Amino acid sequence: MAITEDKPLALESGEGPKVAERPLGAITRPQMETGWKSWFFTVDHKKIGIMYGVGSLLFFILGGIEALLIRIQLARPGQSFLSEDVYNQVFTMHGVTMVFLVIMPMAAAFANYLLPLQVGARDVAFPRLNAFSFWCWLSGSLFLNTSWFLGGAPDGGWFNYAPNSGVIFSPSNGIDFFSFGLQITGIASLVSAINLIVTVLNMRAPGMTLMKMPIFTWMMLVVQFLLLFAVPVITVALFLLIFDRSFDANFFNVQAGADPLLWQHLFWIFGHPEVYILILPAFGIISEIIPTFARKPIFGYPFMVASGIAIGFLGWGVWAHHMFASGIGPFSVAAFSVSTMFIAVPTGVKILNWLATMWGGRIRFTTPMLFSVGVISMFTIGGLSGVTHSISPSDTQQTDTYYIVAHFHYVIFGGALLGMFAGFYFWWPKCFGYKLNEKLGKANFWVMLIGFNLTFGPMHILGLQGMSRRIQSYTVDEGFNLWNFVVSIGAFIIAIGVALFIINIFYARSQFKNGKIPKSGPDPWDARSLEWSTASPTPVHNFDVDPVVTSQDDWWHRKWGEDENGRIVRIAHPEDIAQDGSAVGVHLPSPSYWPLLLSFALPFVAYAIIFSLWLVIPAGLALVASMYGWALEPADDPDKPHVHHEDHGDDTHGEAGDDGDAAAELVTAEPSAGDES
Amino acid sequence: MSAHVAPGMPNYGHNTNTGMSNAKLMMWLFLGSECLLFGALISTYMLYKNRFNDLRDGIPNSGTAPHDVFDIPFTSASSFVLLMSSLTMVLALSAIVRGQEARFRGWTLTTVLLGSVFIASQIYEFTVMVEEGVGYTTNIASSAFFSLTGFHGVHVTIGIIMLMSLFVMNLQGKLKQEHSETVEIVGLYWHFVDIVWILIFTVVYLFPQ
Repeated sequence: MAITEDKPLALESGEGPKVAERPLGAITRPQMETGWKSWFFTVDHKKIGIMYGVGSLLFFILGGIEALLIRIQLARPGQSFLSEDVYNQVFTMHGVTMVFLVIMPMAAAFANYLLPLQVGARDVAFPRLNAFSFWCWLSGSLFLNTSWFLGGAPDGGWFNYAPNSGVIFSPSNGIDFFSFGLQITGIASLVSAINLIVTVLNMRAPGMTLMKMPIFTWMMLVVQFLLLFAVPVITVALFLLIFDRSFDANFFNVQAGADPLLWQHLFWIFGHPEVYILILPAFGIISEIIPTFARKPIFGYPFMVASGIAIGFLGWGVWAHHMFASGIGPFSVAAFSVSTMFIAVPTGVKILNWLATMWGGRIRFTTPMLFSVGVISMFTIGGLSGVTHSISPSDTQQTDTYYIVAHFHYVIFGGALLGMFAGFYFWWPKCFGYKLNEKLGKANFWVMLIGFNLTFGPMHILGLQGMSRRIQSYTVDEGFNLWNFVVSIGAFIIAIGVALFIINIFYARSQFKNGKIPKSGPDPWDARSLEWSTASPTPVHNFDVDPVVTSQDDWWHRKWGEDENGRIVRIAHPEDIAQDGSAVGVHLPSPSYWPLLLSFALPFVAYAIIFSLWLVIPAGLALVASMYGWALEPADDPDKPHVHHEDHGDDTHGEAGDDGDAAAELVTAEPSAGDES
Repeated sequence: MSAHVAPGMPNYGHNTNTGMSNAKLMMWLFLGSECLLFGALISTYMLYKNRFNDLRDGIPNSGTAPHDVFDIPFTSASSFVLLMSSLTMVLALSAIVRGQEARFRGWTLTTVLLGSVFIASQIYEFTVMVEEGVGYTTNIASSAFFSLTGFHGVHVTIGIIMLMSLFVMNLQGKLKQEHSETVEIVGLYWHFVDIVWILIFTVVYLFPQ
C-alpha cells in the first residue's frame, strides 16, 4: 500500500455544528470538550488512561496509609494502637487495595494510554466499553472502601480463605463488601481485557506484525489473556461465597461436609496467574526503558516475547505452591514444586536479556533507567526467595511467616511498583508535554530504594526467626524487637519517597506553567516505539496519518541509520519527522453518559443484596435501563456529519467511498452486536 | 497487514488484521472466558455431588441427594428442545443473510420459544425438586446442583433477551440484511450456551452417581 507521510489524512472536517441528540429521548449526548464533563463522559483512551493513573495513585496513598498504620502498631512489642479486630481489617484492606486498586489499575493506565499508540491505532476497539471498564473499576473500588463506614471493612486477608470468611467467623458485612467489590472490579478487568486483546489483535497499523510489536504491548497482551481466563474463576469463587453468606448455601459449611480446600484451589487458580498479571506490565515497561537508555535494541527480542508467553502458560500450573501446608498430599506437593522451579526459567531469561541489553551500551542513568535497574535487582532478590518456596520442606517451615511477606513485597513492590514508577517518569512527557524533575526523581528513587530495603529486607530475618504473619502484636521476649523497629522506620522512609514523587508532580507542573522548563517535544528520550512519533502531549486523534511500520523499533530506525563504515549515525531529528498533531476533523468516537451510569448502577445492586433484598428491584431496573440505553445509542454521534472513513489515507482502491457510506449507515445497529455483554 | 478501522465503527472484518470483525472477536474472547466460568462451576459440582449430609443430624450422606429426585426422561426432552433451538438459530441467521426478513423473524421467534420452553422446564424441574425435599440449602450437593444449572439458566435467559431485542430491532427496521453479523454474534453465544448444556447434562444427569 502506498502510504506516504507527507500526505495528510484524507478526511473532511467532522466538526459540524453541534446538535443536541436524544438517542432514547432520555438524555442528550454529551458534547463538551473541556472541563470536568470532558473527563467524566470521555471515551478517549488517553484520558481514560490518565484517570486510571490518578485513581490508582490516590488508592496507593490510601493503601500506603494502611501500611503505615500496621507498622506503627508493630513498631514496638505489646502495643495496642490498633485493636485485633481493626488490625485484621487494616491488613486485609492494605492487601486488597494494593493488589486490586493500585497495581492492576496502574497497569491498566499504561495499557490504555500506550497500547493503541504502540500499535498505531486511533483508539481501542470499543471506546465506550473502555470508559465502562474505568468507571466500573472506580465504582467497585469506592464501594469496597465504603465498608469502613458501614459496619467494618473485610477482615479475612486478601486471599479471604473460606470457611474463615463465613458468617460464623466474620459476622460483619465486611466480607460481603469484599465479594461484591471484587466482582465489580472483576467485570472491569474482564471487559478491559477483551477490549485490549481485540485492539492489539485487530487494529495494528500497516506493517505492524505481531513480532514487530514493542515488548510492552506483548507483555500487556499476555496479561490480558491471563485476566480473560483468571477472572471467571474468582468470579465463581466469590459467587459461591456470596451464596453462602447471603442465601445460606453450604459450599463452605464444613459441618455439612464441605471441603475447606475448595476456596483455596479456586482462589489460587485465579491468584497465581494474578501474580503474573501484576508483574508482567512492569516487565514490559522496563523492556521499553532499558533499550532506550542503553541505546541498544532489546537483546533477544523473540526470547523476550516467548518467555513472556511461557510465563503466561506456566503461571496456570503452579497455584498449589500456595497450599503446601494445606495437606494436599505428597504427589501434588512434588508436582507443584517442580513446576514452581520451572517457572523461574523464563523469568531468568528475561533478567539475562535485560542485562545483555545494557551490556556494552552507553547507558544514560536517568530516573526511569534508575527505577528499571532497581526493578531488575530487587525483583531478582524476590525471585530467588520465591525459588526457595518451591523447596516444599523449607516452604512448610516458612509458611505464614514474615519471610513470605518479605518475598512478595520484593516482587510486587520491588518489581511491579518500581516498574510503574519507571513508567511514570518515562512516559510523563508523552502524556503532559514536560518532563518530571530529574533531581527530585533521583532523590525519589534512592529514598524509596533505601526505605524499601530497610522495610522488607529485615522481614526475611523476622520470618526465619519465626515471626508469624497477620499477628496484631508480639511480646518483648520473642526477639523480634530490633528488626520490627527497623522495618517501621523503613516504611516511613518509603512514605517520604512517595511524597517526593507527589511533590515532583506538582513542582514540575508549576515549573512548566511558569515557563521555567521547556516543552519536551515529541521524543525527549530518543526512544524507539511509535508513541514517540507523534506530538507530546498526544493529540486527541493520536496520529495525523497512520504510521506504516517496516521493522521492529521502527521509529528508532527512522532517526538513526548506518554510514558506509557501519557506524550508527543520526539521519533525522525527531522534531523534524514526528507528526505535529495538527490534523483536524479526524473522525473520533463520541463521548457517552451510559458507561458512567451503568457502572454506578452496579454497586447499588450490591448494597441492595447486602442490606435489603427488595431494593434489588429498583437497582436492577436501573442496571437494565442503562444497558439498553447504551445498546441503542449509536457508537458514533450520527449528527456529526461524517464522510467516508479512509483513516489510512489510502485512496487507491476504488470502492472506498462505497465502504465508507455503508459504514456511516451501519453505525446505528452496531452497538447491539458487541455491547450487550 | 491491513489498515485499521475507525474505533467504534462496524467493519465486518474486511479491514482488520485478523480478518475477523472486532465485535465477533470480542464475542469469541468472551466465550473463552465463559469456559472457565462453567469449568469452575462444573468442577465444584463434581467435587460435591456425593456429599448430601442431613444438616439436622450431620450424619454423612443421610439426606436426599439431587440425583435421587432427577426425572431424567423429562430433562432429556427439555434438553432436546434446547438443542433444536440451535438449529432454528442457524435458520434465522441463514434467513437474514439472504435478506428474508419475515423468515428471519419467524425463526428467531421459534428460537425464543424453544429457549423459553427449556427455561420453563427448568423452573418446573426445580419446583418439583423443592417439593420433594431438595432445596437450594438442603445440602452441599443441592447447592452445587442449583448453582450450576441456575447459572446456565441465567445464560439462556440472557440469550432469549438478546434474541427478542433482535426481533424488535428487525421490526423497527434497524436490523437488516447488512447487519447479519449481529445475528451471527448472538448466534455464537446461543450455540455456546447449548454446547455447555450438553456438557452439564452429561456430567449432572448421565454420569453414574
